[in-house]
Amino acid sequence: MRVKRKPKHTMPTKYILLILTCLCVVLLFVSFTLNISGGPLNTVAGYVFVPMQKGINAIGTWFSDKADNLKSLKAVMKENEELKSQVDALTTDLNTIKLEQYELDNLRELLELDKRYPSYEKVGARVISKDGGNWFSTFLIDKGSKDGIEKDMNVLAGSGLAGIVIDVGPNFAKVRSVIDDASNISGATLSTTDYCIINGNLQTMNENRVIEFSGLKIGEDTVEAGEQIVTSNISDKYLPGILVGYIQQIHRDPNNLTSSGTLTPAVDFEHLEEVLVILEKKQVGK
Amino acid sequence: MRRKITVFLIIVICFLLQSTLFQAWSLASVSPNLLVVVTSAFGFMRGRKEGMWIGFFSGLLLDIFFGNVLGFYALVCMYIGYVNGFFRKRFFPEDIKLPIILISFSDLTYNLLVYVFLFFLRERFRILYYFAHIMLPELVYTIGVTVFLYFILLKINQKLEAVERRSASKFV
Repeated sequence: MRVKRKPKHTMPTKYILLILTCLCVVLLFVSFTLNISGGPLNTVAGYVFVPMQKGINAIGTWFSDKADNLKSLKAVMKENEELKSQVDALTTDLNTIKLEQYELDNLRELLELDKRYPSYEKVGARVISKDGGNWFSTFLIDKGSKDGIEKDMNVLAGSGLAGIVIDVGPNFAKVRSVIDDASNISGATLSTTDYCIINGNLQTMNENRVIEFSGLKIGEDTVEAGEQIVTSNISDKYLPGILVGYIQQIHRDPNNLTSSGTLTPAVDFEHLEEVLVILEKKQVGK
Repeated sequence: MRRKITVFLIIVICFLLQSTLFQAWSLASVSPNLLVVVTSAFGFMRGRKEGMWIGFFSGLLLDIFFGNVLGFYALVCMYIGYVNGFFRKRFFPEDIKLPIILISFSDLTYNLLVYVFLFFLRERFRILYYFAHIMLPELVYTIGVTVFLYFILLKINQKLEAVERRSASKFV
């Protein structure tokens, strides 16, 4: 039977607020300094929410497929016309790019990229949900520590780098994408192996779908737009030689020593559905 | 007990919708913030205590799945729920003006706090840009969703209160 509690026995809300605030602050400091997150909470939350997210995702995919089919013919026709004019423009571009492609192929062969890429052991995973807010670009995948995924493993999508695992639960893993505002990657140009820092940027991503790179130490005009930027061999978390993106714009810094600019990511983050997690971590001597 | 289960389900559903469906339905790469709506709505419908607890748990959920550190979103949402609780006396179910205003302010506060602590401190200083391109679109989208979500929450709350009154009068 339910007995109505008398008000004098309950703690005033003010004190509960104070206690919870202290709890939160302690949690903040503990997880910030010790760099741990979740633990048992991850396990519980993983088993409750991940199956539901998977379900919603499956239904959502079905609906979006249907919605795409219903896209009006008119829009498609209009797009067709636009595309036709684009084809003309692109064919001219293509000729120049073909020439560059030869050069690129040669360089790739030199670096034995093709050989190195498939040698990593990988596991496929599905993206099941994205960050609820609008500030960061992290996402969850449906494989976790049970599938052998660990923190700091690299995540690929298609041919390029999608992000890095920053937290794992038993059946899910949290991935920070390359375009996340807090993401920093040590990169290098493919042709000349000059190092730079690639950092995600919400603003440039919002405006032009590009991210930033900076501190590229090169002579004037040695690197041009379209150059591939890969993860560098001196990075402590990213495996070397994974494609991050293509230089979209490059300019000299005021100090006239380094260059910086913007980079088009190699991965389409708007339509990220399946990713590959490399089960090998970079070994760094400590 | 009935209320706790219902509220828990509401939080779960809103969290799931926010992280899956509304991410797919994002307009101008912005999606609405349902958990703030729930926290704020229960804050002014039910008072400080309930707002605080609901905020705490919704925030914790965000922390576990999407936060970098544990406790930040929990802290922010908890205070949003608590502050909204002060407006319980001025709240009338028929009037939609106050809920809309309160929810708007809650959403703005939430985003401002996130900006200050997670962006401003990392030397991203262009607040006006972030205001115009992230906070404002999210606010508009959230209010659009609120118009529907608020009435659903209101109806659920009224049902719960009616049931509670009935079972309370039985024992007197």
